[in-house]
Amino acid sequence: MNTEVLTEKARHIRGDIVKMLYTAQSGHPGGSLSCVEILLSLYYRVANVDAQNPKMENRDRIVLSKGHACPALYAVLADKGYFPRSDLWRLRQIDSHLQGHPDNTKTPGVDVNTGSLGQGMSVAMGIAIAARHQKAQYRVFTIIGDGETQEGLIWEAAMAAAHYKLDNFTVILDYNGLQIDGSNDEVMGIRDIVKKFEAFGFECYKVDGHDVDAITEVLQKPVVGRPKFVCCLTAKGRGVSFMEDKFGWHGKAPAEIEYLDAMKELGIDIND
Amino acid sequence: MIKRQSLRVAYGDALVELGRKNERLVVLDADLAHATMTNTFAAEFPDRFFNFGIAEANMVCAAAGFAHAGLLPFFSTFALFGAGRGYEMIRNSISYIQLNVKFGLSHSGLSVGEDGGSHQSFEDISLMRGLPGMTIFVPCDPYETRKAVFAAAEINGPVYIRVGRPIVDTITAPDTPFIPGKANVMREGEDVCIMATGLMISYALAAAEQLAAQNIRAAVVNFHTIKPIDAECVLNMANRCGGVVTVEEHSIIGGLGSAVAEVMAGNTGAKLRRIGIQDKFGKSGKPQDLFNEYGLTSDNIVYECMELCSAHERR
Repeated sequence: MNTEVLTEKARHIRGDIVKMLYTAQSGHPGGSLSCVEILLSLYYRVANVDAQNPKMENRDRIVLSKGHACPALYAVLADKGYFPRSDLWRLRQIDSHLQGHPDNTKTPGVDVNTGSLGQGMSVAMGIAIAARHQKAQYRVFTIIGDGETQEGLIWEAAMAAAHYKLDNFTVILDYNGLQIDGSNDEVMGIRDIVKKFEAFGFECYKVDGHDVDAITEVLQKPVVGRPKFVCCLTAKGRGVSFMEDKFGWHGKAPAEIEYLDAMKELGIDIND
Repeated sequence: MIKRQSLRVAYGDALVELGRKNERLVVLDADLAHATMTNTFAAEFPDRFFNFGIAEANMVCAAAGFAHAGLLPFFSTFALFGAGRGYEMIRNSISYIQLNVKFGLSHSGLSVGEDGGSHQSFEDISLMRGLPGMTIFVPCDPYETRKAVFAAAEINGPVYIRVGRPIVDTITAPDTPFIPGKANVMREGEDVCIMATGLMISYALAAAEQLAAQNIRAAVVNFHTIKPIDAECVLNMANRCGGVVTVEEHSIIGGLGSAVAEVMAGNTGAKLRRIGIQDKFGKSGKPQDLFNEYGLTSDNIVYECMELCSAHERR
C-alpha cells in the first residue's frame, strides 16, 4: 500500500481513536495516537495476516504489549475488516467484545491478551520460541511502551530472546517519552534504551515512528541469529495538538468540546 | 510396585511417560531441573525441554506463549517461586483466558525443612484457588502424582499440581480411581470425618487407627482435588459424622480447610476444625521436627477428633 494512502489511513484511524474514547468517556488517547503508524506499517505492509481468516495457522503474530493503546489496534483491525467499524463505538461497554485491554478470546484479530505491562512481550517471546520449535515460518512482533521498559519482566524476556537466538522475534518500542506521572526521565529514567537492548544481544534500529516508510524498511530487514529491536521515536497524542507531548492525556477521555476540536483538527466529519 | 518415592521423582517420571505419548508436551524449568526432577525429561527429550534461568515471571509468560502456539507446556519450579512470584503472570497471561498450561510445582509446604521459611510455601493453594477456572491437584503418593499429571493433560485449561519434596510411602494402588473433583473415601466411619490432602493423608490414616483403639470410628477422605472441591462428599460426610477435621500441609487460610468451610457454611449443622499452618511463617528444621512443632501430627488429629466427638456427646 503506497505511502499516500497509508498516511491518509493514519488520519482516519486517529479520528476513530478520538471518537471511540469520546464515546466511551474512558480510555488512553496519548499512547494510542503515538503508535498508529507502527500498527499501520505492520498490518498493511509487513505482517502476513488475513482479516478473513484471523486464526490462519501461519499468520504473523502481533502482540500489543502496551495493551492500553488498544483503541489504535481496534481501529486498525476494524479498518482491515476483522469486525464492523460500528463496533468501535461500543469500546469498553458492558456488551462489547472490545475490552478496555485486549482479549484474544473476545476480539477477532487479537493474538494475545495484554494490559498488565511487561507480560505481552514475554508471551510474544514464548510464541517465537514455540514457532521455531514447531518449525513454523511465521514471525512474532510485539509493541512495547517506554514506561513499560521499567518492568523487570521486559529484561527477563529480552535476555531469553537473545539466549534462544530468536531471529523470528521483533520488539518495537513506541518511544514517546511520557508515562502517566510525567516524563520517563522524571518518573524512572530509562537512559539509553537502544544501548540496553544492544547489550542484551538485539540487532537495533532507531527510526521516526511516524514515518511509515522508515518503519517498514527496518521491519523488513532480515536478521540472522538474533532478535530485532526497533526504537520508534514518536509523539504522545500525535495528531491532536492539544494532546501532543502532554502526559496528562495518557488516560483521559476528551470532553465534548475537546472532541469536536480534535476532529476538526484531524479534518474528520464526526458523522463519518 | 513402588513402595516409597519422592513425589517430585514420580512427577519427573510421569512427564517422561506422558512425553512419549504426546509430542506436543514441552517442559519449562527455572534452573531447578535437578530439584524438580524435570531433568529426567530433559535427558530423554532435550529439544522439548526449555530452561529459562532464574526468571520465573518470564517463564510463566513463555509458557503462555507456548500454549498460544498449540504446545502443551508443563511449568516446573518450587511452589513459592511459581505460584508466589509468578502469581500475577499466571492470573493475567494464563488463567484470565483459560490457557492450557500445567503447573507442576514442587517443594511446597513445611516439608521443605532446612531451607526455612523463605522457601516454605503455605499460601500457594490459596493463591491458585482464587483464580477462576484453575484446577488444583494435591497428590498424596507416587501413584496419585502420576495420575494427576495424566489427568492434567486431559483437562483443557490451567492446572496446578502441588508436590512435596520428601520421600513418602505409597498408600494408594495403581488402580485406585483418580477422578478430578471427586474425593476418595479411604476409610469409612460414622463418628467423625478427617478430610485430608497430600502428605497429610498418611497421618490421617494413622490417626484413624489410633481413634479406632478408643472406639471412635473416624472416616478418612482424600481430597486430591482442592478445586473444584467435591462439595457433595463434604456435605454427605459432614452430615453423616456430625464433625469434620481438615488436615493440610498449608495455611488454614485459603487451602483445603477454607474450601471445606465454604461448602459447609449454611449447609450443615456439623462442626469443623482445621489443622494446618495456623497463620504463621515457617522456619528451618528437620521436616519431622517442624511437623511436630506446627501440629501436623497424627496425635494432633486424634486430639481434635476427640474434642469434636466429646462436644457432640455433650450436646
